[in-house]
Amino acid sequence: MLITCPYCGPRDVIEFTYQGDGNRERPQPASQDLDAWNAYVYDRLNPAGDHNEIWQHSGGCRAHLRVVRNTITHEILSTAFARGGHKAEGRS
Amino acid sequence: MAEYSAFSLLKNALAGNKDWKPAWRKPDPKASYDVIVIGGGGHGLSTAYYLAKEHGITNVAVLEKGWLGSGNVGRNTTAVRSNYLLPQNTRFYEHSMKLWENLSHDLNYNVMFSQRGCLNLAHTPAQLDDYARRGNAMRHLGVDAKLMNVDQIKRLVPALDVSASARFPVLGGLMQPRAGTARHDAVAWGYARGADRRGVDIIENCEVTGFLRDGGRITGVSTTRGEIRAKKVALAVAGSTGHVMQLAGISHMPIESHVLQAFVSESLKPVIDTVLTFGMGHFYISQSDKGGLVYGGDLDGYNSYAQRGSLPIVDEVMSEMLALFPGLARVRMLRSWGGLCDMTMDGSPIITTGPLPGMYLNCGWCYGGFKATPASGWCFAYNIAKDEPHEFNAPFTLDRFYRGLIIDDKGQGANPRLH
Repeated sequence: MLITCPYCGPRDVIEFTYQGDGNRERPQPASQDLDAWNAYVYDRLNPAGDHNEIWQHSGGCRAHLRVVRNTITHEILSTAFARGGHKAEGRS
Repeated sequence: MAEYSAFSLLKNALAGNKDWKPAWRKPDPKASYDVIVIGGGGHGLSTAYYLAKEHGITNVAVLEKGWLGSGNVGRNTTAVRSNYLLPQNTRFYEHSMKLWENLSHDLNYNVMFSQRGCLNLAHTPAQLDDYARRGNAMRHLGVDAKLMNVDQIKRLVPALDVSASARFPVLGGLMQPRAGTARHDAVAWGYARGADRRGVDIIENCEVTGFLRDGGRITGVSTTRGEIRAKKVALAVAGSTGHVMQLAGISHMPIESHVLQAFVSESLKPVIDTVLTFGMGHFYISQSDKGGLVYGGDLDGYNSYAQRGSLPIVDEVMSEMLALFPGLARVRMLRSWGGLCDMTMDGSPIITTGPLPGMYLNCGWCYGGFKATPASGWCFAYNIAKDEPHEFNAPFTLDRFYRGLIIDDKGQGANPRLH
């Protein structure tokens, strides 16, 4: 599997660390909303199909990436920096 | 009289083996059942078997989207053990071990359960201490465990590199002598025949495409072979849990589906007569009765429904094997394959009523589902029949994450790919 890093270009998957479901939203640190914290820590979308996920190019430029990948074919549909998306808030 | 016996073998041999009945029928689905079990793998079949045998519920259908046993029950590395640290897991898996010990007789089907032991190797003093602690926890609950030193390990597995110059020298290990392996296809076939003979309909090539509802209650399923109604609908779909739950309108679960690869080598003369695990990575190996080395390692590490893995893990697994057994460097790998693992957030399974009315859920087996097959079906059948959990599966609820009652044997946290 090749992931195209926006800085480094297409690189082998072994250079990357998987950080899982990119659909989760982390509550504000002071939040006492138990449902929101539970959803952030434990719940996953886990679709059979296109999956929005976070990878880190840990063996390269160390950027966090937002990758859309198909979980049935392993085809990578898009890659972008994770920062900027509202769901990346509080993650960096 | 038992269907398979020395007498029936002789009788059928004299008759030219023309009179054997198929091990299970190929019925068309009826319009309704008392219980539908979705998933014709080990857990679904054992659930149907124990529903019929222990609870007298025989108006049951097992729906399988492919052919019987085409999923993880035929894709695992066949190890059976109950060497856990936490009491919830130990009690459950030890119950499974006890069912394994009588399974061939119970099913009248030889599952070739071979109690050749399972040895976890330790490579650091801290790891050895940890194994001593786990061994004590096991013995405390009546499970067999013993610490082995390097000399004992060397005698048990002469091919293992136990020298001080090994990449990760072996300092000792934790052995569970009653652990072992079983013939995984026979487990599926034996449960299938046992359920079939008690009246259960096993319906292959029947994929569930949606759920029927009456208000909020699940009242059946729509399938590629039509609608089927049932009083109770039980899911035992392992790696496809996320997908099937989405058909029921539940989008989020404390589960990620990952792919795990397994490998088998060309046949060798007997070289490893136990189940061995590496402590400085993630690697396990045993030898099948045909002589092939059966081994595997870590998950590929990202969500997947593909049932096939990628090359970096192949490389890693082979490296780990050679770190333990340099003498196997010239052995050729025969086959590799992948299976889907429903990885939970704490590494422990879910066997519970719900989450929707009329639904029962059995999932989250991570990559330890095979050894659980008897107890999983046994507990799930109890739960379905009585609408309350048995004490062995009571801790394995779906809401334990929310309630802070996680059962994290490895102490890994909510990172499924690391369990």
